[in-house]
Amino acid sequence: MTAPVLELRHVAKSFGGVHALHDVSLQLGAGEVLGLVGDNGAGKSTLIKIITGYHRPDEGEIYFRGARIDDLTVTKARALGVETVYQERALADQQSLWRNIFMSRPLTRPGGFLKVAEMRRVTSELMREEMGFTSAILTPDTPVTGLSGGERQGLAIVRALHFEADLIILDEPTMGLSLSETEKCLDFVRGIRAAGKSAIFIDHNIFHIYSVADRIVMLDRGGIAAEFPTSRFTLEELTRIMREVAATGRFDEADRQGDAGGTA
Amino acid sequence: MTAAAERARQFLGPRQWTLKSFSIRYASQIGITTAFILVWLVFTVMAPETFLSSRIYVSYAQTVPYFGLIALPLTMLIVAGEIDLSFPSVFALGMVGYIAVEHTTHSITLGVLATLLMGAIAGFVNGFFVCVVAIPALVVTIGTQFLYRGLTLVLVNGKSYTLLETDGSIPGRLLTGRFLGLPMQFVWFVVLAVISWVLLFRHRLGQNAHVIGDNKQAAGLMGIPIMRTRMILFILTGVVAALAGMMNSFAVINFYPNQGGSTLLPALAAVFVGGTSVFGGRGTIWGTAVGAFLIGGIDAGAVAVGLKDFWTQVIYGAIVLGAVTTHALLQRRFAR
Ligand SMILES: Nc1ncnc2c1ncn2[C@@H]1O[C@H](COP(=O)(O)OP(=O)(O)O)[C@@H](O)[C@H]1O
Repeated sequence: MTAPVLELRHVAKSFGGVHALHDVSLQLGAGEVLGLVGDNGAGKSTLIKIITGYHRPDEGEIYFRGARIDDLTVTKARALGVETVYQERALADQQSLWRNIFMSRPLTRPGGFLKVAEMRRVTSELMREEMGFTSAILTPDTPVTGLSGGERQGLAIVRALHFEADLIILDEPTMGLSLSETEKCLDFVRGIRAAGKSAIFIDHNIFHIYSVADRIVMLDRGGIAAEFPTSRFTLEELTRIMREVAATGRFDEADRQGDAGGTA
Repeated sequence: MTAAAERARQFLGPRQWTLKSFSIRYASQIGITTAFILVWLVFTVMAPETFLSSRIYVSYAQTVPYFGLIALPLTMLIVAGEIDLSFPSVFALGMVGYIAVEHTTHSITLGVLATLLMGAIAGFVNGFFVCVVAIPALVVTIGTQFLYRGLTLVLVNGKSYTLLETDGSIPGRLLTGRFLGLPMQFVWFVVLAVISWVLLFRHRLGQNAHVIGDNKQAAGLMGIPIMRTRMILFILTGVVAALAGMMNSFAVINFYPNQGGSTLLPALAAVFVGGTSVFGGRGTIWGTAVGAFLIGGIDAGAVAVGLKDFWTQVIYGAIVLGAVTTHALLQRRFAR
């Protein structure tokens, strides 16, 4: 078996006296979408920031493709293929689609001169094949202000995919989107798996997680309370488990199965 | 045709310019060019003997670049969301480098290089306070405007210098001579305008400037070198301000420590009249270039059509307000 794309071993992090994370171990395989759920303050953002090199863990080890990385920085994480899709915040609204797609890594000739024609061409290909932008008024030169919220998320995700990211982190990408736009956005997340890349998907809405994630990790008070493949449970069961974790801080599969009807 | 093929045609076909798509995309450039032509027509009708002779255009092509040149890197700096108000003082400070070096080495070329270096240092100091100390550029460059002017006065002890050695010298001819009958000031302006356009729209520097001015947070999240980009733009503005000051000194064969003071408003007006956004993220070099000649033409034009001197200020004001209002309206109309 090939090494997982990402592996965390016994990672811990505290801020002052607050234990934001303790003893978190996690694996993520290629082509896998991991759903990360948990209440506010459970430690989701801290976990993401450790993976993206923004925070240094106090304890524990991080492995990318089997190689241990001791001094992970933001730059290093990007070089290792970690891309974060920030909710809209990472788009430049007045700029054209092609400038946004190639925002920090434009195609250039020696000397830093832009290959504009090529960037326009690639952008229109991506729009057509990956984003499903069918409206004739959208061209590679359209500014981002002309896009809907769902289209913006699509742009951000396709940008991450295009740059050969191996691990895409989505921090609540559906926040503030309408129903149909959310559906579009979830389609993009499914596209990540189809492209053979991995993703960590954070969302407050269990329906969204359920419909795209292969595996779910529940964080509670800085630790992993439960972890299981999505396919093992129905959506109703999952909702019940979430409530159980929120109430007790843990989830024991054996317990639950012995429970036979389940208590809320 | 299948739906997919239809879409492919729409996206992959050559960009099809319709009159409408062209006029939407270049609304602000078309606006400023139209305004320029209108103002020119009015002046020509009212004072044909002045505006149909070539003399006014020659003097125009010599004097507009003094502030017009600075407006070019200034446009890039404003697109990146920054500002520089110290350039009128750098216009003089650069020449202190020339005087010091030329008087000791007797080499005009070394003096020219010293001037440009002074400009770069002045720009670097601006950039240092803005990027490293993190003080807003408006405040920093108001401060350095005084500082650089003060330093100039102190270093030359308030004296003017005659620069006879530059008259007819190769650097002098390169900066202020003629090329195919055109004043070199104008030739430099055209060359620098083309370079600025390439840098702003066809180079990584301009890509970074656009993103930083549009959404600095996004630029940071995406790993764009925010500090280095702004630093380069401040230095460019300083170098070009020193170059413009040197051109002016060489043309009149004289340096005086208060030179450049009158470039502040025309240069800024050229940028904003040209349609560059005060908020960053959007600007055009064509607009700035036409804006410079529009602003530069008013002085001469108003006098030629027989208006009293002080009316020119009123016309300046009206044109600046009219232009920025039009740009704002166009922007609101076409931003979907
Ligand atoms: N930079 C920080 N400084 C101090 N405490 C922090 C910091 N970041 C997170 N925390 C604390 O760590 C805990 C986990 O927070 P967080 O990772 O943001 O949770 P989530 O993203 O699941 O809402 C919280 O108690 C929070 O207050």
